[in-house]
Amino acid sequence: MTCPVLTRVIGGIRGCIRCRWSFWLLLFIFLFPLILGETSAQGDHNLQTGTDGTSINSNHTKRSFPVLHLRYKYVQLPFEISLWILLASLMKLGFHLLPGLSSVVPESCLLIVVGLLVGGLIKVGGDKPPMLDSELFFLCLLPPIILDAGYFLPIRPFTENIGTILMFAVVGTLWNVFFIGGMLYGLAQLDASRLGGLDLLACLIFSSIVSAVDPVAVLAVFEEIKINELLHVLVFGESLLNDAVTVVLYHLFEEYVGMTSVSALDVFLAVICFLVVSLGGVLVGTTYGILAALTSRFTATLRVIEPLFVFVYSYMAYLSAEVFNLSGIMSLIACGVVMRPYVEANISHKSFITIKYFLKMWSSVSETLIFIFLGVSTVVGPHSWNLTFVTISVVLCLISRVLGVIGLTYIINKFRVVKLTATDQFILAFGGLRGAIAFSLGYLLKQEHFPMKNMFLTSIIVIIFFTVFVQGITIRPLVDLLAVKRKQESKQSINEEIHTQVMGNLLAGIDSVCGCYGHHHWKYKLCRFNKRYVKRCLIVEERSREPQLLAFYNKMELRQAIEMMETGGETKQLPAVPSTESLQSPASEQTGVPQISRELEAEIRRIVRGNLKKTGQKLYPYRRPTLVGNPFEDDFQDQLREKQRAKVGRRMSAFLTDQDFPSRTIARISVVPQAHSSRPTIPATQKD
Amino acid sequence: MGAFQSAPGEHEFQDLADKTGFSLEQIGNLQNRFKQLSHNEDTLRREDFNTIPDLACNPIRAQIVEAFFDKRNYRQGDAGTVREIGFEEFVTVMSHFRPPELNMTDERREAFRREKLRFLFNMHDTDNDGTITLEEYRHVVEELLSRCGTMEKEAKAISDSAMLEVASINMGHMEPDEFYAGITFEHFLQILKDLEIESTMHVRFANAAPMTCRK
Repeated sequence: MTCPVLTRVIGGIRGCIRCRWSFWLLLFIFLFPLILGETSAQGDHNLQTGTDGTSINSNHTKRSFPVLHLRYKYVQLPFEISLWILLASLMKLGFHLLPGLSSVVPESCLLIVVGLLVGGLIKVGGDKPPMLDSELFFLCLLPPIILDAGYFLPIRPFTENIGTILMFAVVGTLWNVFFIGGMLYGLAQLDASRLGGLDLLACLIFSSIVSAVDPVAVLAVFEEIKINELLHVLVFGESLLNDAVTVVLYHLFEEYVGMTSVSALDVFLAVICFLVVSLGGVLVGTTYGILAALTSRFTATLRVIEPLFVFVYSYMAYLSAEVFNLSGIMSLIACGVVMRPYVEANISHKSFITIKYFLKMWSSVSETLIFIFLGVSTVVGPHSWNLTFVTISVVLCLISRVLGVIGLTYIINKFRVVKLTATDQFILAFGGLRGAIAFSLGYLLKQEHFPMKNMFLTSIIVIIFFTVFVQGITIRPLVDLLAVKRKQESKQSINEEIHTQVMGNLLAGIDSVCGCYGHHHWKYKLCRFNKRYVKRCLIVEERSREPQLLAFYNKMELRQAIEMMETGGETKQLPAVPSTESLQSPASEQTGVPQISRELEAEIRRIVRGNLKKTGQKLYPYRRPTLVGNPFEDDFQDQLREKQRAKVGRRMSAFLTDQDFPSRTIARISVVPQAHSSRPTIPATQKD
Repeated sequence: MGAFQSAPGEHEFQDLADKTGFSLEQIGNLQNRFKQLSHNEDTLRREDFNTIPDLACNPIRAQIVEAFFDKRNYRQGDAGTVREIGFEEFVTVMSHFRPPELNMTDERREAFRREKLRFLFNMHDTDNDGTITLEEYRHVVEELLSRCGTMEKEAKAISDSAMLEVASINMGHMEPDEFYAGITFEHFLQILKDLEIESTMHVRFANAAPMTCRK
């Protein structure tokens, strides 16, 4: 019995929900508790003591049973954290619903603005908004982003350009630090600049905080503009590897607070420290990576916790490196890079998808939270605004970055085979974004050692804002203007894989003919070592001997099969693929394949048609993926073979009967090695 | 020794340098290597390549060695194979692996690319009929997988799949009774257009005399 009024109301609600503005309504509904939550924390506390007081005094008098009881304090912390995460995610969603906005302004800028607004609202509400706590940042927010970056790092371009990346990361950062620090100190000496009170150490520690390119900001901006792989890997690799330099310099200058002179021994120790920090971090990461790979070898019976091992081992790598003040970022990257090829060979497809999605999800949430908190922390302060210092530091940052890139490229191009062009250099200089790491490091400075900490913080925030806003917004039109090569979107095809392998072997061969130890020679030797010893230990027995080409082929088949099932089978109109029969040139047909007689051909046609009717009945009604078979079942390979058998049947019929069967648009998957064992062998088209 | 000039003049090298694009030092180094491989004779034979230990474990060893003796790679428009090669042919084949120059015009870059791809194509097209047939492609894949035992079935499957892909990219819609005879050079260019051959297919030729040169 449908009531007309009710249906109209429901229709109205449904219409509202479909409307976009209902989303914003939802957002504001959640925003208010956040603001209220901050302020009510105080009130609730009073309420609590009040009731405690009265209950102690009046434990004889009977009070009515409380039906509804407010105890916010109990859930305060998790509640607020969840609310923040929810707000961050809704904001992110909101930007994508707003048409056109996300294509002009990078997300990071919008999130900072949101943070500013929220911080402002909380302050207006009369309470102190939460600061970006450095501990929270370094231990909880940063690792997911770095792990995501490290796990999915494109290895080939990274290792090919490792020399360039290291040059930029180490030498480039050192240049930045000493240039900015030195210039600041020099300018501070001039009375006219009103910067008095800055000693050399303070300048140097400020510049060491502010020189490092930030991976979070680079990822956030560069991910959206999709430039070519080389530039992306150069900027991004630099931002990851300069962490070691930053860590060493920061701790070095912090240690030397109060000391007036720096001896040569100290400098020497600093260099040793740098080597220990970076190589130690890599070693710790590699160890954990190998452990994770080894563990994944035995998880065949308990697939559900495979992703957990990946995450926990990586996090432990990060924390272990942090224990010894080694570079946690490099440890995490090393762990992800080492672990990945072996773990991926061992784990099931489901686990692989889980790991991918969880990493992407966590890193996305982390990034959003970081930018929002950056905005909120700006509102909180404390600020000490010094116009000269701020402008000088911004200008110096820019100048040192540009000079550094130009100088280093000049040197590097002497050793590179594929030189970096002027456009490349421009993008590299432009990609020197600073971010939340600089802010957190600045926040960690001790006030008593550095009385001008607030001035530093203000300046760091201005630099971050400048790089993220100005450079982030302008980089997109500039990339279009300069016609920088963009990323190829297509996945690697089987042909490209074959020829890449051919090329690798060819170049290694030519290297050996030439007689000199080249880049290809070492790569080749590493591959052989990997295949012979490492893979045996770390990969499950039957898969360790599988050659890379075969593994690639199997993965590609799996992917295509899943795609086919997701599109519901035959709905995609692909060009009709010629059967493999047509690939055989006439010459090869005569070599070993016997001719089939007319009667045999007719018999074959009859049988195939009959079977097709049977398989047709099995497959066509079951278009929806759930009923055909779950691609994420671990016994998917068997189901795949069943389908391929049916496909071969269809294809053979298309060839044999010409117009009898409409040309089926089958996905571009090739033949199946197996045969129908119960049917007579069909020599011309059957593969054994 | 023998008929080969033991100290060819600068003029000889200059000619070679202009033709192939190497610098004089690089040609000098290559000559040393040539002498080493050929045991100081003037020509290299196929057996001389067997003395290189690192080449022995390369899966496509046979094809690499054949490429040196293939007349199509000498840039003279001939075809066929020879039994022994001189220094000039050695350098000409090596010149296919030069790195790209810094400021190349677009058409020069394209010609450079075609040259390298032509070398790759010649390596696969062993019977010199202008197309890579299914059999030849199968042979390539088998060689790549040869290190891991005989994998005939899988090699067939992979090469068939690859061939189908080439056919579908280049030929689009085909009638069921049409043949796809083989990959022509143009189709080959088409399927490898994303690999950026001109910047990846090169070997670093030392300018100075290499300190650690292996036998």
